[in-house]
Amino acid sequence: MTQVSTTQPTVPGASRLAATALVQLIDVGYDIQGRTIFDGLNVTMERGKITAVMGPSGTGKTTLLRLITGQIKPTRGQVLVDGVDIRTLDVDGLFALRRGMGMLFQNGALLTDLDVYENVAFPLREHTNLPESLIARIVLMKLHAVGLRGAARLMPAELSGGMARRVALARAIVMDPLLLIYDEPFAGLDPIGLGVVLRLIRDTNDSLGLTSIVVSHDVDEISLLADTAYILAGGRVAASGKPANLRVDDSPLVRQFMGGLADGPVAFHYPAPNYDAQLLAQDVPI
Amino acid sequence: MSIANELLINAREMCSKAGRFTFFTLRLLRVTPAAFKRIGLIWAQIYNTGALSLVIIMLSGLFVGMVLGLQGYDLLRRFGSTESLGVAVGLALIKELGPVVTALLFAGRAGTALTSEIGLMQATDQLAAMEMMAVDPVRRICAPRFIGGIIALPLLAAIFSMIGIYGAQLVGVTLMGVDAGQFWSQMRGAMSINDVVQGIVKSAVFGFACTSIAVYEGYHALPTAEGVGRATTRTVVNSSVAILILDYMLTAVLL
Ligand SMILES: Nc1ncnc2c1ncn2[C@@H]1O[C@H](COP(=O)(O)OP(=O)(O)OP(=O)(O)O)[C@@H](O)[C@H]1O
Ligand SMILES: [Mg+2]
Repeated sequence: MTQVSTTQPTVPGASRLAATALVQLIDVGYDIQGRTIFDGLNVTMERGKITAVMGPSGTGKTTLLRLITGQIKPTRGQVLVDGVDIRTLDVDGLFALRRGMGMLFQNGALLTDLDVYENVAFPLREHTNLPESLIARIVLMKLHAVGLRGAARLMPAELSGGMARRVALARAIVMDPLLLIYDEPFAGLDPIGLGVVLRLIRDTNDSLGLTSIVVSHDVDEISLLADTAYILAGGRVAASGKPANLRVDDSPLVRQFMGGLADGPVAFHYPAPNYDAQLLAQDVPI
Repeated sequence: MSIANELLINAREMCSKAGRFTFFTLRLLRVTPAAFKRIGLIWAQIYNTGALSLVIIMLSGLFVGMVLGLQGYDLLRRFGSTESLGVAVGLALIKELGPVVTALLFAGRAGTALTSEIGLMQATDQLAAMEMMAVDPVRRICAPRFIGGIIALPLLAAIFSMIGIYGAQLVGVTLMGVDAGQFWSQMRGAMSINDVVQGIVKSAVFGFACTSIAVYEGYHALPTAEGVGRATTRTVVNSSVAILILDYMLTAVLL
């Protein structure tokens, strides 16, 4: 019973954008274990831009990323990446597609049996035959960019959560991908680390002409960073547009989300039976 | 009625699991040639699984051999042919106990380590991250462990049998006074290369079974602490049963 305003996401001039869109989700639906996560989802991500995906916890932001990267297939609708329907790709096709993608996982997902240096070098070793001296230079450059050149020989277990995220970021950009996907890059960073990561996302996007997708709850950071933002709620796009415009948007949902209010159309609670009834019942049903 | 139902559901579950296992093993075999190009990874896994199990294998081999020496001596003394102790112990170890006991220990020591390692990688998104880097985790993670296990197990079984024979000799010759010359010469005389080959074939097959089960369970473990724990238990149980069943079938075919 998620109560969501159904302000629909009329992306201005969607057909015109199609030519420059790198990622496009058309009328996507996704069900898992009998629950509908998405229904009628339409998202367009333009080339060379930073697109933010926001929304309350559990609305399916990570699931959206997994759809785009082809880790899961949509139940209904189409997911187009660079004009190709990912549902038509076989494993080799998917791997070819992913070679152009870098992804930062929510928890870093570093390989725990390799040290920081080898983690960042991993994609290079798997996909290229570069000489060791060149690999070392590339890895050190990327580690320097995230401020962890000195931590090259630490094991992932010896890193803090924020450091692990930065290493994962270095690994995500080591192959110079075309599409960079960040799942919650700001969570658990201190203000300095946060500033560094913000600048890093912006700089890598602009200097390398990348397209970036950033999932985040952090309204302020997203406002600084993103060109376009989508707010997901209740399985579809609740609002979209320039972050600056979203901030002054006066629909209840956008106001609630951008203002961080507990009361509003988005329920803070996962669907549940009546609270009083459940607590007062004889044998508390769960 | 309900028991019959239960059995039916269990049987169906087992069949579908067998299907998934077969499918996964075929996938593993398909990437095996590609995995051989990364000899370094395989070498590391032989070292890992082999070195992990070496001490326990050597210790067990010694004591199994010593028990065989005692029991064999006692049995053969009743027929007055204690000088055959060497050949009895040698055949028992090389054809039967070496491969089987080594495989059981291997399942408990190295198999569980493989399952929990791969299961934890699954639970912490490491395998998903690998897929996102366009690296097939079955080729990069599972296959080297699979190949490494198949190579390591016959080596371990050989060490087990060797130390076991030494243990039997220790008890039979040194303690019980069986003639050392008889002990060794009868063993050499009665055993053929065929017996040794049988032992090697057996332990390679057990290695295949153990590691494919361990890798399968790890790869399909539920991504939680409990899920990984259960997968580890299943590895030991399924491997042990598989080893004993395969042992009978192989013996029947090879003898
Ligand atoms: N494997 C799964 N099985 C069942 N339900 C799942 C599975 N994966 C995700 N879900 C459900 O899908 C919904 C969306 O999950 P998702 O991880 O995409 O949320 P999210 O927006 O990324 O949340 P957060 O901001 O907390 O990371 C959740 O309600 C979750 O319960
Ligand atoms: Mg998430």
